[in-house]
Amino acid sequence: METSELTEARTGRPEEIEAVPVRRPGRWIAAAIVLVIAASLVRSVITNSSFQWHVVGQYLFDHRILSGVVKTLELTVLSMVIGILIGILMAVMRQSPNPIVSGASWLYIWFFRGTPLYVQLLFWGFFGALYKTIDLGIPFGPSFIHLNTNATITFFVAGLLGFGLNEGAYMAEIVRAGIISVDEGQTEAAASLGMGRLQIMRLIVLPQAMRVILPPTGNETISMLKNTSLAVAVGGSLFELLTQAQHIYDATYQTIPLLIVACLWYLAMTSVAYVGQYFLERRYGRGFSRAGTASMRERWFTFGSRQQ
Amino acid sequence: MTVMLQAEAVHKRFGRLEVLKGIDLSVDRGQVMCILGPSGSGKSTFLRCINHLEKINAGRLSVDGELIGYRESGGKLYELREDVVARKRAEIGMVFQHFNLFPHMTALENVTVAPIRVKGVPRGDARLRGQQLLERVGLADKLDTYPVALSGGQQQRVAIARALAMEPKLMLFDEPTSALDPELVGDVLDAMRQLARDGMTMIVVTHEMGFAREVADQVVFMDEGVVVESGPPAEVLGSPRHERTRSFLSKVL
Repeated sequence: METSELTEARTGRPEEIEAVPVRRPGRWIAAAIVLVIAASLVRSVITNSSFQWHVVGQYLFDHRILSGVVKTLELTVLSMVIGILIGILMAVMRQSPNPIVSGASWLYIWFFRGTPLYVQLLFWGFFGALYKTIDLGIPFGPSFIHLNTNATITFFVAGLLGFGLNEGAYMAEIVRAGIISVDEGQTEAAASLGMGRLQIMRLIVLPQAMRVILPPTGNETISMLKNTSLAVAVGGSLFELLTQAQHIYDATYQTIPLLIVACLWYLAMTSVAYVGQYFLERRYGRGFSRAGTASMRERWFTFGSRQQ
Repeated sequence: MTVMLQAEAVHKRFGRLEVLKGIDLSVDRGQVMCILGPSGSGKSTFLRCINHLEKINAGRLSVDGELIGYRESGGKLYELREDVVARKRAEIGMVFQHFNLFPHMTALENVTVAPIRVKGVPRGDARLRGQQLLERVGLADKLDTYPVALSGGQQQRVAIARALAMEPKLMLFDEPTSALDPELVGDVLDAMRQLARDGMTMIVVTHEMGFAREVADQVVFMDEGVVVESGPPAEVLGSPRHERTRSFLSKVL
């Protein structure tokens, strides 16, 4: 403080620096090349009549397509909820000091990650052939609830089980990565305040682990949105987006435009997932950076500026 | 005067490495004990044993007349259930070298989370008490600040307030100023001095000789898992009897 006052007294405040910025021609050339390639791609897509864009427009908001979008969303959201809940449970079980409990979690992850999703879906489709009835009650003892498998495990339930249980195994590893990313000192500090093991997990560790858990979970959600198109493997139609598009082109033979319709909707849904992820990451990033992360807009405005 | 901490022949091993080789110490209620010693002497481990973050392998360790981690009945030791251990830990405050504040909570939330969730204090009461505690350590204007935006000294004072919020009967400090810039040490030591004046029983592992001399009722010098010598600060720091103490003090003073 004192020194700067002295300097100021002697010389006055120096002028703000207004230097001529370095020219960056490479940056503009690269941008031009990319734009030319992009423009020619767009042009070919628009001018090629085989794409049949008028048919795309005709079916984009067709009620069958829209109901397929809704079904896909339902399937994705419910499967992810099941997957995340199983994932948290398995990750916490993996950390258990009880070897039977942690072993069970290991076995679950080993099985559901180690076999193809498509095969798992086929199995759920054949579940009724494996078990005619489902009995809930005391293991090896009397049962209280008898369910007819074919009536209970509808194609939709089979799809949920297939996607949800498979996702649980992947989410377990994602959650575990989050848990071990939290410094051990956090657990010790919480323990020294008298918190129990589950309280520490719920109040201290998991909220911090979220920062690490969220980006790969966004990945998983986007995969799930698209993987729901495998749902036919359960042996019957779930009427999700791709199946609906297929039903239409099976009748009209307008295959390409209907696949484009499906793609446009998949893109729209994943874009919404991006936005959700952005806000969740901001919520759980609180307290981890002094300035906060640069917003999308700030990043665009610094393109070509001298600060870069 | 009643005894707050009683350690008798405390042993602690990590695998085959013996870290504590028979520690006998006692601290009376309202007293301040400073533990000095080179790194690896077992002083931090001893502190961690006191609130059962580490289990001892032999000997007896009791706080306020109750064994740590065990119940003794008919000459046999029974391990305490996890929730009982947690409840007893809540009565012992601990301040860590690296603060270990919860980064996803504001200063005030750090201070109130345990009273609310562990003790069941109503939210409003906990917040009021938390504000008072943060004021007491000079952070009245930082209630809603996240730890990342606080200096090390401020973070450590939040950590002290967080421990005090549980109204502990004993406070443990594990090198509370070792990770701080020199100019920030003073504020933390002032907060601790204030606490000692208010009559808190404190066990402080530290390298701050000035603080030990001024505040401690008892200074303990540990080396290689044993207590080399202990006594009033004037004796241990002023005229140490053991060669090992003398050579350590000549290096740190």
